[in-house]
Amino acid sequence: MHPIIKLVSQRLALGILLLFGASALIFGLTEALPGDAAQAVLGQSATPEALANLREEMGLNRPALTRYFEWLTGIVQGDMGTSLTNKLDIAESVGNRLGNTLFLAFWAALISVPLAIFLGLVAVRYRNRWPDKLISAVTLTTISIPEFLIGYVLVYFIAVKLGWFSPLAMINDSMSLGQKLSAIALPVVVLTMVVLAHMMRMTRAAILNVMQSAYVETAELKGLNNFKIIWRHAFPNAIAPIVNVVMLNLAYLVVGVVVVEVVFIYPGMGQYLVDHVTKRDVPVVLACGVIFAAIYIGLNMVADIVSILANPRLRHPK
Amino acid sequence: MSDTLLKVRDLKIGATVYPPGEKPRDIEIVHGVSFDLERGKVLGLIGESGAGKSTIGLATMAYGRGGVRITGGEVWVNGRDILKSSLKDVRKLRGGEVTYVSQSAAASFNPAKKIMDQVVEAAVEQKKFTRKEAEARARDLFAKLGLPDPDNIGDRYPHQVSGGQLQRCMTALALCPEPDLVVFDEPTTALDVTTQIDVLMAIKEAIRDTGVAALYITHDLAVVAQVSDDIMVLRMGNMVEYGTTDQIINNPQEEYTQALVSVRSIEHEEKEPTPNPLLSVDGITARYKGLNFDVLNNVTVDLHPGQTLAVVGESGSGKSTLARVITGLLPPRDGEITFAGRKLSRDLSGRSREDLRELQMIYQMADVAMNPRQTVGTIIGRPLEFYFGLRGSEKRKRIIELLDEIELGESFIDRYPAELSGGQKQRVCIARALAAKPKMIICDEVTSALDPLVADGILKLLLDLQKIEDVAYLFITHDLATVKAISDSIAVMYQGRVVRYGSKSQVLSPPFDDYTDLLLSSVPEMHLGWLEEVVAHRKMESAGH
Repeated sequence: MHPIIKLVSQRLALGILLLFGASALIFGLTEALPGDAAQAVLGQSATPEALANLREEMGLNRPALTRYFEWLTGIVQGDMGTSLTNKLDIAESVGNRLGNTLFLAFWAALISVPLAIFLGLVAVRYRNRWPDKLISAVTLTTISIPEFLIGYVLVYFIAVKLGWFSPLAMINDSMSLGQKLSAIALPVVVLTMVVLAHMMRMTRAAILNVMQSAYVETAELKGLNNFKIIWRHAFPNAIAPIVNVVMLNLAYLVVGVVVVEVVFIYPGMGQYLVDHVTKRDVPVVLACGVIFAAIYIGLNMVADIVSILANPRLRHPK
Repeated sequence: MSDTLLKVRDLKIGATVYPPGEKPRDIEIVHGVSFDLERGKVLGLIGESGAGKSTIGLATMAYGRGGVRITGGEVWVNGRDILKSSLKDVRKLRGGEVTYVSQSAAASFNPAKKIMDQVVEAAVEQKKFTRKEAEARARDLFAKLGLPDPDNIGDRYPHQVSGGQLQRCMTALALCPEPDLVVFDEPTTALDVTTQIDVLMAIKEAIRDTGVAALYITHDLAVVAQVSDDIMVLRMGNMVEYGTTDQIINNPQEEYTQALVSVRSIEHEEKEPTPNPLLSVDGITARYKGLNFDVLNNVTVDLHPGQTLAVVGESGSGKSTLARVITGLLPPRDGEITFAGRKLSRDLSGRSREDLRELQMIYQMADVAMNPRQTVGTIIGRPLEFYFGLRGSEKRKRIIELLDEIELGESFIDRYPAELSGGQKQRVCIARALAAKPKMIICDEVTSALDPLVADGILKLLLDLQKIEDVAYLFITHDLATVKAISDSIAVMYQGRVVRYGSKSQVLSPPFDDYTDLLLSSVPEMHLGWLEEVVAHRKMESAGH
């Protein structure tokens, strides 16, 4: 068998295994929390009899392992259960919310990833000169400021003072793409500023590392200009570390947007999760946890696979 | 109008050095060198490390490696001073008029791109040829350089061809844009001798057929004698001697050149084997984890007390693996090792402290075999503490004795490795091994990274120490001249097997087996026309078979 196929299938198998582990962990942790769904529904003042009845009704008296496998089977089949608080089907609500979150993440990624790589290349080209220093200073500043602060500052100046965009990022299905994009402009800017620095710094470091190598000297002695040397000879050999950090940041765009969604009141997964955590709606929290884990594991698996594919020694064995 | 292609006048090159604990300062590394090169001629630049030969070679492309800068003088290529040209013009020169072949093709090819893309890149970039023409030219060059399957080898990636093949691809890369001048920077140094001969011949023929001029940089006078018309001898950034190849080889004027020509003149009388060998390696078979073949196959050799067994072979022959098995780092699959009358445990963990003390090792890279944060005194003192429990003034006295033995002296005791030259570092490693009062020292390519004159000094030292301390050496090397200089018995290894074994006089006298014959005849000899003789001889032999 081609070694690539073997390595990639190993990664896939490992990813699936990891996902099961994560689901068990999430389930186990919510189990370990004091109180349960019945308690949450009935509140502090519930009588023991009422609690016992509700537990019986919800099947909470059965062993945790049985309930875990029931829940897991449901999830594999796309059934995430019903919400305790609004009795809606979770899969349906999540589907809508997840779509919104991915929409936001997609546009943030579309802007931030190419921008970060471009800025990284520019920083290498003008290493230790003012463009490099300026790029580093600006991106490090934006990553150092908490995102909610950037968010509120942007809302104040751009939305309130200048009135260019709406301070609230409310979107719904009846809006056109243009309207939606205008609505999410500010959160996209905030997210871009948060993830830019990591990716830019890693691009810069990975390429600088490759620039020390003898084949870059060979390229220089072929009379190539600096951008061609970086683009043709350094970049292809720096892909693996760059992809890894890009994927981590993409995962962050999906999983870590909670704060930004709350600031802009954006109807995404983060808001949904926060809402239901406060209401102790355990099935929703579980579903969100598994989805986040799946996205995280999936994107990191993609990073691993791209790293494998980027290695010419593995792609073209002797 | 003369035919001068390259005119270098009073070339001065500087660099910034960063000595530990001091302020960076600028030094001059080439102090005003001048020479001419006519079209189609080959000039050999020869010298030891630090002579400035690579630096001068790169200066003909107006290039300085790392912090190296050209600080003065003129470099005229095709009638213009390239040091006064704009960067844009210099880029036209690089890869177009002047091209470069580096020592390590393996490192100089981009691992992520196909060979063909890299070979034609400069020619296309400089608009000398279209991509199609350049590829046709590259295939021609592949064929001319004797590469297998010249029509398709360009579709491979660098890691898919051997080191010798890649070095030829690098030569094709340099010749593809039809340059006026090629700078060859130690192009065969990293290759095995038997591979070197073919690459050398391929380069020589390619130079002759294309009529290109070349600067041939090497530390090996015997190699440069085969390819160049003129030779310039350099030392520490100064020209020592400059003349025709014939004059430099057969009638060197300067003392330094004479020393280079007569290097490897150590005489060593072979000793008779004793009745009881110190070390008996009996039927050793070994493999590394994850490999499905044996790296060593039924290896049997003896080493007698106070004598030297040279284990010689090319890369991949298993000679270093043998050292790992003897030291216990790699437990063998089969066979046993007897040392000083007792059976040694297969595994390092099963060996006594006495076993460890009596069997020491010296490595090829002295730099990385020492802790850069320890002084010479600490490095040599460690085995004295560990094996003999020496402390304080007693230990210091012994360290100084050892420093005297390796001809460095007390003043070195507080120095750090970074403050030592390559030869001095290797001497410190020898002292550290001797500190344990071993019966035997394994020397793994200990002179390979050193300049010839320095290596000679180390070999002489090792021989002298053998007389004084009565220590035996297992001397691993790929260099036959070294073998001749110091061994009492020799084992020739090839693909994990000992193909020839016996006393030095037996192994080095005919009749030879095929491999030993090939190995011996591949060692460059310091006379003109040697390369052609060997190649002609081999052609005749293969025709006769």
